[in-house]
Amino acid sequence: MKTVNEDALQKNYITAAYGIRSWLLTRDHKRIALLYLISITLFFFIGGFFAVLMRLELMTPQGDLVSAETYNRLFTMHGVAMIFFFLVPSIPAVLGNFLLPMMLGARDLAFPRLNLLSWYLYMVGGAYTLYAMVTGGIDTGWTFYTPYSTGYSTTNVVPVVVGIFILGFSSILTGLNFIVTTHKMRAPGLTWFRLPLFVWSQYATSVIILLATPVLAITLALLGVERIFRVGIFDPALGGDPILFQHMFWFYSHPAVYIMVLPSMGVVSELVTCFARRRIFGYRFMAFAVMAIAVLGFLVWGHHMFVSGQSVYAGMAFSALSFFVAIPSAIKVFNWTATLHKGRIEFRTPVLYAFGFIGLFTIGGLTGLFLATLAVNVHLTDTYFVVAHFHYIMVGGAVMGYLGGIHYWWPKMTGRMYHEGWAKFSALILFVGFNLTFFPQFILGYLGMPRRYYIYPEEFQVLNVLSTAGASILGLGYIIPMIYLLWSLRKPRTAGPNPWNAVGLEWLTPSPPPTHNFDKTPVVTEEPYAYEEKSAHGG
Amino acid sequence: MWDFPLLPEAASSTAAEVDALFWILIGVASVFGGIITAGLVYFNIRYRKNSKASRAGAVSEHLPLELLWSIVPLVISAGIFGWGAKLYFDMHVPPENAREVYVVGKQWMWKIQHPQGNREINELHVPVGVPIKLVMTSQDVIHSFFVPAFRIKQDVLPGRYTTTWFEATKPGEYHLFCAEYCGTSHASMKGRVVVMKQEEFERWLAGSRQEESMTASGDQLFRQFGCVTCHSQTSQERGPSLHGLFGSTVRLADGSTVTADERYIRESILNPGAALVAGYKPLMPTYAGQMSQEQLFQIIEYVKSLGGPQIAGERRNP
Repeated sequence: MKTVNEDALQKNYITAAYGIRSWLLTRDHKRIALLYLISITLFFFIGGFFAVLMRLELMTPQGDLVSAETYNRLFTMHGVAMIFFFLVPSIPAVLGNFLLPMMLGARDLAFPRLNLLSWYLYMVGGAYTLYAMVTGGIDTGWTFYTPYSTGYSTTNVVPVVVGIFILGFSSILTGLNFIVTTHKMRAPGLTWFRLPLFVWSQYATSVIILLATPVLAITLALLGVERIFRVGIFDPALGGDPILFQHMFWFYSHPAVYIMVLPSMGVVSELVTCFARRRIFGYRFMAFAVMAIAVLGFLVWGHHMFVSGQSVYAGMAFSALSFFVAIPSAIKVFNWTATLHKGRIEFRTPVLYAFGFIGLFTIGGLTGLFLATLAVNVHLTDTYFVVAHFHYIMVGGAVMGYLGGIHYWWPKMTGRMYHEGWAKFSALILFVGFNLTFFPQFILGYLGMPRRYYIYPEEFQVLNVLSTAGASILGLGYIIPMIYLLWSLRKPRTAGPNPWNAVGLEWLTPSPPPTHNFDKTPVVTEEPYAYEEKSAHGG
Repeated sequence: MWDFPLLPEAASSTAAEVDALFWILIGVASVFGGIITAGLVYFNIRYRKNSKASRAGAVSEHLPLELLWSIVPLVISAGIFGWGAKLYFDMHVPPENAREVYVVGKQWMWKIQHPQGNREINELHVPVGVPIKLVMTSQDVIHSFFVPAFRIKQDVLPGRYTTTWFEATKPGEYHLFCAEYCGTSHASMKGRVVVMKQEEFERWLAGSRQEESMTASGDQLFRQFGCVTCHSQTSQERGPSLHGLFGSTVRLADGSTVTADERYIRESILNPGAALVAGYKPLMPTYAGQMSQEQLFQIIEYVKSLGGPQIAGERRNP
């Protein structure tokens, strides 16, 4: 009884202040994380809604549900909403914001006001883009290829691009904040090689964000200049070069794939170790692999352009470098698997998501080898094979990791436990639905079905129907967690500070944590993931 | 409805090798995917929380293992890279004897010109067993010429020429798709490639010809636009003769050299100052905006008809 009374007396970050102002003007990284959680969930369901309409249209070879104009807007806005407004911010802005200071033993991020500004920039960019979507939408594809986007499309290109431009600064400020925080605010004894891999992954991601996002901003600004003022930059009719746009766009957008998936890798390392009760296998290799992916990820953008007309020799260099980037990814997958060896594996919901991540990311990564192989890429690029491949990485990988993380830290964030039976069921549903949706698309791509087609030859119908059937199951897998997670908020806050019996500084604080996180700064005396020592001491 | 394919038709000389590489990749992916899956399943069963399996001697560092699973994938990757790169290179270099066909992409159709003067829209008739080189450009946005059965795909850009080639191995009809999103009716920018036996193809050529050969049309344009005044064999004061030009190496005013291919001729017509031939003054006006993409192709075909370097014997520019 005594502990309960103490918890009740101590205010947590949610009960510390009341009223809308206390949320909108907060500088608490945990509250900002919740603001992000709500905002990006909204965009996730908007993007998902577009996907549902697309999959319904593709049930039949003819265009019977939507017109070509509508379909082109749907896939463009699906991509824009999911990539820029959900995937890129997802783990860093929600879980990273919430956990990074706590994992470092800090009270907050280095620049709390900047952190709040990041969220406002996200909201302004998001609101502006939503406005552009509602008032006509955009039909260029999320890749905005020129000269279509600058000289031919009659849709709201400039407003969407402005929205993403603003959003970019939100990313940049978050990245900057994380880098400074990781360098300057680690608790005593928390050396670089004692950092949890989640922190390493956030750090690597932040470096990519900081270096790549400005290039996106420049590219989109040039696109806007050409579209509005007819200055020839990318359009050959004005004296520009359309391949230049592709180089600049992918210089951001390839590293952006790692912005989406590296944080998930960090989450998976936390989950696998906790539920196998094991130290991570090959800690240093894992940390270096993350940094290697971040660096090599900047050198492979040209693999999106093997049939674009870039030089054959450039193609060869980019192909070779793309194979290199596969190696650190392979190292990570092998090390997670090896971590299970001689563990004491407990099948709780978060680790099911982690296993889902490993399986789907492996398929996504291995099919990446197909696309890195020049002669095979010629056939597969711009077909459904590519669509399947990047959904395996970005949904099978990044979203699985995100949901695994949400399930793992939900009790920390809210103090409540969700219904575990429903949670396990929906993890399974998600895995099955995902594979049924996207695996047929590999075959469709090999058969030659191009992407961004709303009508298609009849022989592709069966596989498309399978994919749509899978998508309806997949949709359930996203809706069920929404329901039981929200439902859990009705329960009392009984999760306790450490429901998983995990190691890591974030579990030393009450759930939900107080605004200042720690009553006194923790001192770190051991390596991360010391689960075996914990069991040995009967912990 | 259930009679649907799981494998694409393979109807070109390179398709079999692309497929071989594809299936090797399937093999590699299956082995690695299998190892990971087996590891996950086995460890999850054997080391589940309440199992009695021994946990003694657990390690968390193992350098030889780390090196093994770094180096083995690296070696396999290097092999696949090399094969893929070699084949990609072959797919870019058409055989000497390739027949040329000219392709113009526009929103939303494919316009095809055969040197013999035949024109087609959204259809391409070719003979079986003859390498075909496509010289392609777009008159608006980026398109991509994709024939799945041939395993070829090449983006078609405005403002420049791209090329690809294939040799069909089986008579039949095959899908032609636009693979680069190009606007509203992108999904309708498709057609078919009709592969015919040689003699059937010759008959088709003779039967469907609507106009004179591209060379003859190009000759006419050459006079009509006044090219002939400066670029005839006799008047070499103002502009170089074009006889024996195609395929030769041209020395430029800035000291560099360039091979006189389709791209070079196109650029010299539209932007004459960009690559000025050594020994000449920049007198030529631009013809940008005055000729259609099809007409440019006709003039190029005419220049080709004036012979290559071996016929010319001696070139003015060594």
